[in-house]
Amino acid sequence: MLKIENLHAEIDGKPILKGLSLEVNAGEIHAIMGPNGAGKSTLAYVLGGRPGYEVTQGSVTFNGKDLFEMEPHERAAAGMFLGFQYPVEIPGVSNVQFLREALNSQRKARGEEPLSGGEFLKLAKEKAALLKLDMEMLKRNVNVGFSGGEKKRNEMVQMGILDPAFAVLDETDSGLDIDALKVVGEGINAIMRKPDKAVMLITHYQRLLDYVQPDFVHILAAGRIVKTGDAELAKQLEAEGYDEVMAA
Amino acid sequence: MSELPTIRDESWRYADFDAVAKLGVEALDQWQDVSVADGETHRHCMIVGGDAPEVHRIRLNIGKSARAEFFVVVIGDDYTRVEVETDLGEGAHFEFGGVTIGGGDAVREFVTRTAHDRPDATSNQVVRAVHWNEATGNFLGAINVGREGQRTDAGQDFKALVLEKGATANAKPELEIFADDVKCAHGAAIGQMDEMARYYMASRGIAPDVAQRLLVRAFIADALAALEDEAEAERLLEAALNVLEARR
Repeated sequence: MLKIENLHAEIDGKPILKGLSLEVNAGEIHAIMGPNGAGKSTLAYVLGGRPGYEVTQGSVTFNGKDLFEMEPHERAAAGMFLGFQYPVEIPGVSNVQFLREALNSQRKARGEEPLSGGEFLKLAKEKAALLKLDMEMLKRNVNVGFSGGEKKRNEMVQMGILDPAFAVLDETDSGLDIDALKVVGEGINAIMRKPDKAVMLITHYQRLLDYVQPDFVHILAAGRIVKTGDAELAKQLEAEGYDEVMAA
Repeated sequence: MSELPTIRDESWRYADFDAVAKLGVEALDQWQDVSVADGETHRHCMIVGGDAPEVHRIRLNIGKSARAEFFVVVIGDDYTRVEVETDLGEGAHFEFGGVTIGGGDAVREFVTRTAHDRPDATSNQVVRAVHWNEATGNFLGAINVGREGQRTDAGQDFKALVLEKGATANAKPELEIFADDVKCAHGAAIGQMDEMARYYMASRGIAPDVAQRLLVRAFIADALAALEDEAEAERLLEAALNVLEARR
């Protein structure tokens, strides 16, 4: 589904990713862990096409297509979803309006019929219930006045509504209390744990992986994948720390 | 007015004097008088501006406990000026919502003079400006509270969105207060499009032009928030957004 080869990227002329390679197939969940400043969020933003993140070398193909030939909104329509570490507030635009516009933009780009207001609300209600987010919050402006945990749950509601083939979740677990972590973990499983979907889960901590079992765990350090293992690797990291595990 | 205004006339300082000369003294001296009887409510919605200079001067007399609402959208391609002089009776309310939107090199401006000479009157003015190319949007708002204007509550709020380098916005609030129990608030902010909000929208599949339309709509909707007639508010919003559409 996603093939990253020798990816180099920089911000303001400062190299962050230095030859990162990774392949993600349908049906797989990959966890990316790593110390602060390793390039985890940069990887997420490069995949999502955020302006200012410049790719200097390497390639990424998404379902056989050159990802870098696609604009950010085209990547979304092609089935990619980026869960933000810091979801953005948009005053004056309601969640419902925003998501309906997003879903119908994607459907239009794929040559599908738009959803009517009624159909959309039914879908939104179903996904909000899955993430235990009050439907009233979806009527409010996008992320304005939401707590950290509510913003993250809202990201997952959006993922549920947009139903992507591939999701990059950038520290979706940060800012969540224990109960919310469980809800979000179960939400990720319900929405994305399917044979035709894949997830790249960027996280600092092992605790989310208790709910969302990864098939692969990668350690990202200094802009490259330095070690790959299974779920055991994350547990080992939690117990021993990055320095120890990477030195071994 | 016996001669043309000059840059030394405070309320004309940002005007386009070539356009003013083209209009001539006589055209500038046309006043539209509007009186709202005691206890009555009067609402006036206008879409003004064309491909030649226009000046609209309105004198508004609001009776005791009466209410006047003015909502104006300026969509002209040439110099367009809307001036509103208001006299508030005891306990009266004046609501003003204004939008200037457009590119080219035209100056579009609102000039209001609001006299609170009787007690317990309130006024609220919200102006939004959206400009690109070399265009200019101005809001010059004077509030005069006389000796008998006790318990006046007057507010002015101006925000400008500059979509490109080269566009300009000017805010000139002017308060003159002779009563001692008075609330007067004014605020002005000039900024650019929130690129992070635009990217967030793109990451959900919303094309950049659609995202911009949504954000501009949210921005100018503030000026029409007090307009309770939703169909009328929609008509004014659409007129403004059509100008943005024509930009492409």
